[in-house]
Order: sequence, then C-alpha cells, then structure tokens
Amino acid sequence: MTDIYLWWIGADAADGRVLNSIRSVVERTFGRAVHVWNNRDRPAKAFDPRRQQHSSTRILQWLVEQRPEQAHKVLALTDVDLFIPILTFVFGEAQLDGAAAIVSTARLRANHGGSSSRLLTSRLAKECVHELGHTFGLIHCDRPGCVMTRSVSVLDVDAKTVSFCEDCWARYRELEREGREDHEQRADSNSDRGR
Amino acid sequence: MSRERTRILIVDDEEIVRESLSGWLEKDGYTLGTAPDGMRALEMLKADSWSILLVDLKMPGMDGLQVLEEAKKLRPDVSAVIMTAYATVDTAVSAMKIGAYDYLVKPFDPEELSLMIQKIVSQQSLVRENVILRKVLKREYRFRDLVSKSPVMQAVFDLARTAAKSQSTILILGESGTGKELLARAIHAESPRRQTAFIDVSCAALTETLLESELFGHEKGAFTGAVNRRRGKFEMAHGGTIFLDEIGDISAKLQLDLLRVLEERRFTRVGGTEQVQVDVRIIAATNRDLRKAVDEGRFREDLFYRLNVIPIALPPLRARREDIPLLVDHFLELLGAEMSKHVDGVSPDAMRLLMAHCWPGNVRELRNVIERGIVVTNGSIIQAADLGLLPTAPVLAGHEGPVSLEEVERRHICGVLHDANGNISQAARILGIDRATLYNKMRKYQLRRDGAPENGEEEAEEV
Repeated sequence: MTDIYLWWIGADAADGRVLNSIRSVVERTFGRAVHVWNNRDRPAKAFDPRRQQHSSTRILQWLVEQRPEQAHKVLALTDVDLFIPILTFVFGEAQLDGAAAIVSTARLRANHGGSSSRLLTSRLAKECVHELGHTFGLIHCDRPGCVMTRSVSVLDVDAKTVSFCEDCWARYRELEREGREDHEQRADSNSDRGR
Repeated sequence: MSRERTRILIVDDEEIVRESLSGWLEKDGYTLGTAPDGMRALEMLKADSWSILLVDLKMPGMDGLQVLEEAKKLRPDVSAVIMTAYATVDTAVSAMKIGAYDYLVKPFDPEELSLMIQKIVSQQSLVRENVILRKVLKREYRFRDLVSKSPVMQAVFDLARTAAKSQSTILILGESGTGKELLARAIHAESPRRQTAFIDVSCAALTETLLESELFGHEKGAFTGAVNRRRGKFEMAHGGTIFLDEIGDISAKLQLDLLRVLEERRFTRVGGTEQVQVDVRIIAATNRDLRKAVDEGRFREDLFYRLNVIPIALPPLRARREDIPLLVDHFLELLGAEMSKHVDGVSPDAMRLLMAHCWPGNVRELRNVIERGIVVTNGSIIQAADLGLLPTAPVLAGHEGPVSLEEVERRHICGVLHDANGNISQAARILGIDRATLYNKMRKYQLRRDGAPENGEEEAEEV
C-alpha cells in the first residue's frame, strides 16, 4: 500500500490542528496510511526575488529528493505564495502520475472572513485531495462538485466538494490497480535479477 | 468531452515556459505538443492537425507574428493565441489582423488562461457540429455521384429522378466534363432497371464500321477478322440501359440504323439476317447543339425527335460557381480515400483561385485539379501553388502574356455572350450597356451571338 507523507514546509510554524484535520480527510479519501512528517528542512532555491514568490516546480523537485524513503507520495503544505513561470500564481502543483504535490494557504485565505479557520481548512483539504489526485494520475474533471474540477479562483474552490465524483473514483481505483500491478511486476523482475 | 480531441501546440524559445504551460494544460486532458522555434512549429503543423496554437511573440528567427501568418496558411482553422511579455496595442492589433484569436500577457492570470482555452474549445466544438450538420445537408445536395446545391442542378436532379422511373428516352446535353455519364448512371441506378446492365458506348471513339459492329454485334464471317459471332452493346444491354455518349458525332448511316432501333427496338447483327429484339432503355448524350445540326442537315430530324423525348441540360461549372466549395469537399473526400492520402481542405487563397477560374473543362477539370493538389501538397491543406492553376485565369485567357485593354474587352464580351447562351438582352444587362452598344461591339470584334468568333467554330467549343 502506498504511504502518503504530509510535510509542512511553510515560513511560519505549522498549525497542528489543521495538519491533523487534513491528514484525516486524505486518509479517508484515499484509504491509505497518511503520516505527518516533522522535518525542519526547507527548500532553499525556490524563492524568486524578482517575483517575490516561490517556484512550486522547484519545490516539487526538492520534495522528490528530500522525501522520507518509505514515502511513495509526499504532499507538502506551505504558507508562501507559489507560482509557475507562465502564471501569476498557483494554489498548488503536482507531478501528474508522480511522487510529489504541494499546496499553499497563501491565496486560499482570500475572502474567508478572517474569523473562521474552518473555511480555510476546508479549502486546503480540497486542494490537497485535488493535487494528490494528480499524483495518482487523475486529470481535471468537468462534473460540478467533483474535487478534481479545475480551480482558478477561491470561488471555484468553494464551489466544489472534497470528494471524487463517481467517474473519478472509479478511475482512481483503476489507476491504483494498474499501479499496484506495475509495482509487483517491477518487484518480480528485480527479484529475478537478484537470483 | 471534446478535450481529448483538442490538440494544443505551444511555441516558445524558453524551455521553462513550454514545460510549465504544457504541464498545466496537460492536467485538463488536452493533448500537448511543444516547439522551440517557428520552423519546428511549422513542421509540426504540417505533419499533424492542431486545434490551438499558443505562440510566443518574441523569438529568435521567425517571430510569433510570422509563425502565426504561416500557420494560418497551413491550418486556417487553428485558433492562435499570441503570448507576449510586453503588451502593446500595436502588437495586439497586428496579431488580430493576421487572424490571432487573442493575446495573453505573460505571466497569465490562471483564470484568464483557463477561460480563454475553454472558450476556444467550445467554439471549436460548435464548428465541428456545424461540419457534421453540413455533411448531413450535403446528402440532401446529392443525386447519386452528382453533387450540387445550385437551383438549376436541383431542378436537373428532380427531373432526372422523375424521368428515371419512366421508360422514355433521355437526351442529356452539356459541355464536356459536366457529368453527363454520371447523370446517365445515376438515372439507371434510380430506375426500375437498376439490377440489370448499364452499357456505355462512346460513339465518337470508333469508326463507322467498328461502331456499327460494336452496337449491333456481328455474325461469324461478316467481315475479315470476324471469326466468331459477337453480341453487340444493344444485346448486352437487354433488360437494362444503354448510354450512347457523343451521339452528335455519328454518321448518317448509323443515324438511320439507330432510328430503326429506337422505333422498333429491333435490329440485325452485321452480316446477319435474323432480327434481334431487345428491351433497352436509351440515354443519349452530346456536347453539340443537335438542333443546329438538324437545321444544317448534319443530323436527322426524325432521330433528333426520337432522342429528345426528355431533354436534360447540364449547366457548365462556371454557371454554378456556388457549387465549387461543395465539389472541392466532395473530391477531397472521394480522392483522398482512393489515394489513401487524407487532406483536410484547401487554403483560402487556393479557394479564391478555384472560384475565379473559368473551368473550360468543367467538373472533370476541377476533379483533376484537386487530384493534382492532393498529390502535390506536402501538408494537410492544399495551397494555391499546389493547384497548378494560373493565378489569374480570366475567361478565355491565353498564355501569351499581357494583352491590350481592347483585347480584354473583346474576351470579356465573348465570355458573357457565351454564358448568356447568346441571349443579347441578358448579356447587355450583365455588361451594363444597352443592346445597341453590344451589337456595335460584336460587329467591331466580329463576334457571334454565342460569343464565338464569326470566322471560327472550334474556338467556340473552347469557350
């Protein structure tokens, strides 16, 4: 079974309650063990002084190199503003069918009324499930409400749920099965070579 | 939905831009391609079909506007978006003039990019829907292998469909290449005789003796070389249809023989005495003016009336130019399948050329030009140069180079008179002059009513 690691890499200190809440949502959604990794390392070369933002793509590369050995997927959470070169900002980024994903709270704080951290946690949970979905090979979905719909504004995030639609769930199970078979085949061929 | 069918090509000299943009769009399920420069982009556009082109404005070598201009020639349907780091009104205006869908200033707002792509995709699916509907409509424009939406041809199809159900003789009139044989075949296919033979004979291709033997057959020993008894085309067509093409070219003797067959549906083989009875539906065709031939004593009047039971006149292609795009589509589909080479369409420049050409060889000439285009083109869109047509081919244009204004006037009047079938009032109306002036000009240029020179006949055939 693929283990998922959550890793806070923000500038400020981690909010344990929020992290726990995300952990249980991810665990419930993907049906896998999710661990919170307390590591104080931070990506050093991701900040772009001209844009005053952090490059999410560089962070993803760093995450792949720095993740714990037993982590098949690593989901980083941060409070810094993220960008990819062609866009003004991103809520998060993931490697499609890869190992790493990242989500930032920076833009998700917009219009949340200030008082309630529940709304922010709910938005964060949705974006975390969304980006992790990409690492399992899921692409964007058109079904209203599905967590895999593309969100380009907080309004989009608020409009969707934290769950997969039927199709995306079925597709996730299918990709998961294919991934397991691939993994087993690789393990078999490795043990053949070992003999 | 239509996402899988949407193919997006990103052209930018910066690898990081190509990667980050394709990575972002890939998650929407689109098929992505990237090119580092204009030359590579054009190669990719030639090789494959792309629906959206995102092209950077400033690149070494070809800049974005040049790429856009060339891309539009190769793929007129592609929706191109110019990406620029510097938003200037001038650039935007130039891009839009060349046919860009829109432009984006780097870095893009995610919402703006997402909405723009969605808008393009939904517009393109509307266009596709339109193409499907047009295909459905095209079926309405068909009469078997003939395609036309012009009212004159629709009337021809209606008459042909009705005539097909009868047993009456049909006379198809029309210039070479207008589709006389196709119409004859279509009539046969729509007739109660459709399960039986359709036999075609080109009357102009054979000498009188050979044609006689070809039509009626011969007995053994009828002439030198007749070692066996042979059935003629009329016997072969028994129960079916015989198509006598170029009937205006047959000799006086054969005209008489044919008249007998038409009257009695009976004949004797060459060298024989036995009467052969046949049940044959006759369709004849000619590009000649049979009535005039009758007046001049070159064609039997009684045979003319026997043949002219249901006359159907096929108009020349220049009289139904609205059919050219439809026919181009039809031939691209037909010939593309025959030649196993798929071509999406013709460029706007090529279509302008096709629309302007005078088509002396009619639909057959158009078919040949499209066939050449399919062979020659190295992309999926036929360009003007692939057609092998002269860029300006006015009616009656020769190949002798520039001519005087007077000569242009003479040629133009020729063409209009020909198109008006010698109707002076109509020709004068088209030319915007009164009839007296037209008569004066015809006298000056020694032109007949049909536009042919007074001293020649051959040229009239070529008009």
